[in-house]
Amino acid sequence: MSTPLVVFDKVQKHFGDFVAVKELDFDIQRGEFLAIMGPSGCGKTTTLRMLAGLEAPTLGEIRLDGKVMNDVPPHARDTPLVWQSLALFPFLSARENVEFGLKMRGIAPAERKERALKWLEKMGILEFADRDISTLSGGQKQRVALARSLVMEPQILLLDEPLSALDAHLVIRMQAVLTDLQRELGITFVYVTHSQSEAFAMADRVVIMGDGKIAQIGTPKDIYREPANQFVAEFVGRNNILSGTVTSLSADTAKIVTTSGEFTVPITTVALREGQNASFVISADLVHIATQKPTRGNAVQCRLISEEFVGSMVTLFLEDAQGHEFKVQMQERELSKFDIKGGTKIWLSWETQTAHILNES
Amino acid sequence: MNSGRLLNIILGIYVALIFCFVFAPIIFSMIFSFNSQRFPTIPLGDFTTEWYEKIFADPDIWEAALNSLIVSSSAAVIATFLGFCTAYSDYRYTFRFKGPYLALILLPPTIPLIIMALAMLAWFSKIGISGQIYSIVIAHSVLTAPFAMAVIRLRLNQMDPDLEAAAWNLGGSEWATMRHVIIPFCKPAIASALFLTAAVSFDEFAVSWFVSGLNKTLPVVILEIVQGNIDPQVNAIGTFVFLISMTLVVLAQIFFASRQLKSIRS
Repeated sequence: MSTPLVVFDKVQKHFGDFVAVKELDFDIQRGEFLAIMGPSGCGKTTTLRMLAGLEAPTLGEIRLDGKVMNDVPPHARDTPLVWQSLALFPFLSARENVEFGLKMRGIAPAERKERALKWLEKMGILEFADRDISTLSGGQKQRVALARSLVMEPQILLLDEPLSALDAHLVIRMQAVLTDLQRELGITFVYVTHSQSEAFAMADRVVIMGDGKIAQIGTPKDIYREPANQFVAEFVGRNNILSGTVTSLSADTAKIVTTSGEFTVPITTVALREGQNASFVISADLVHIATQKPTRGNAVQCRLISEEFVGSMVTLFLEDAQGHEFKVQMQERELSKFDIKGGTKIWLSWETQTAHILNES
Repeated sequence: MNSGRLLNIILGIYVALIFCFVFAPIIFSMIFSFNSQRFPTIPLGDFTTEWYEKIFADPDIWEAALNSLIVSSSAAVIATFLGFCTAYSDYRYTFRFKGPYLALILLPPTIPLIIMALAMLAWFSKIGISGQIYSIVIAHSVLTAPFAMAVIRLRLNQMDPDLEAAAWNLGGSEWATMRHVIIPFCKPAIASALFLTAAVSFDEFAVSWFVSGLNKTLPVVILEIVQGNIDPQVNAIGTFVFLISMTLVVLAQIFFASRQLKSIRS
């Protein structure tokens, strides 16, 4: 296995008394698409800025390609960043923007121009090369910003919520552009976002941050199906979280009694004792609904509160007798087979194997 | 709809009145500069260019004009440089006593000119640099730097806060970023500040009169002519001074307004 490209070694960042990053200890592999995701104020942007040298870690060490980067000024690093605001130079044309980094590196005008035009062509905006930045559309500016960073031919590209200002249909297009580029160039992308759909759609691995710490690192599927703890489960959303007491243990399952009833949950890596409190989750899309009480266990009767319709998918919001909220996500055409409306009593149930125990933390 | 029209008419009259108050005396002065009579009275006498010929023939006035030109252009460059440095340090850094520092820099225009002029004279005599042309340049630079600072600070406020960091991120050192990003971004404001400070310096009388010694500027010469007797030459000089300052101010406005329009469009 090759050495990681970036190592965060017990990194902390304090701003006066405020601790923005409490402890970061993780690696970024060569050629991976890593997304760092979390609610605002979780320290994700600070993490990215430390990697670009715009903030210095208070404690710990950041190593890039084996070299300690703590005291390397931003201009001496090879870590181009695509900014949330894009930060294009408004007094330069699209081509001059792309040439900027090469100019700073002292590359001759003829070569600068050639390389800039090559990247503008690659991004499909060659025809706008001599246009003023202010005359370009949001999507075109986005491409100029990408070309400006990629023309440097870096081994790592940093992206700070670059798609947050775009319309929904453009976001999908740019996601495809970004993943294609990353695969083609084989360079490392570090992508900071608060958007779960962006992170899950593009990243090989996702880092979930909360409160200045890493809550979980894993593939999108790991994080979605097997959230490590309550924070991740809640942040990822569309999860049903149940808490209760472990009443009995078998070789590979535990029985947990909650206010909503008794459920069987598979034991994975988490060590459990009888009598302890435990929480588990079931993804909303793995819950079945029925009008009659189902024969399998893990069932609970609920009342429909509301539904949210998003394209072909519907999310039902329900409550059991004790007022605990449940969510069910399903295809709209499947839901239409049932005749349910607000207040209707229906049964929810799930396969034992689909439940997942959370770490208490 | 109707009240909107009425408002437009009232605003039109209001603007016309303001123009009248501001420009009527100047226009009269221009008219009298072509009047053959010695005293500014109506009815006017014959059309003449006598007063203009007189001032063009007067070496004192030529010298004063040259002094004014040197002073206002040097003061404009120094004041704009100081104003830029202050504006940038305010934009970029936070430091102890920044509040008092900024207040101190913006103070000169709030001090009555006559007090300022006396203080400058006393200080310059004390350190032995009074009565030189560079004395006026120094005094005017202090006096006009706050205007330059205000104009450039406004421009820096419009800058995307990430722009500078983006230049570092692309390999630009602090100096390269200053040269290739900050200064180009501030260019219209810098031009505007140059013209504005030049105009203020060109017109300034009180401080010039106190510290100029024998190196008189145009406003000082005008006063000396008026003090002696009533001489329509003053109207002719006044017309020139007015045209020059007006041109400078209008140029400053053009640079100022064009970037405002541009930022609105984008």
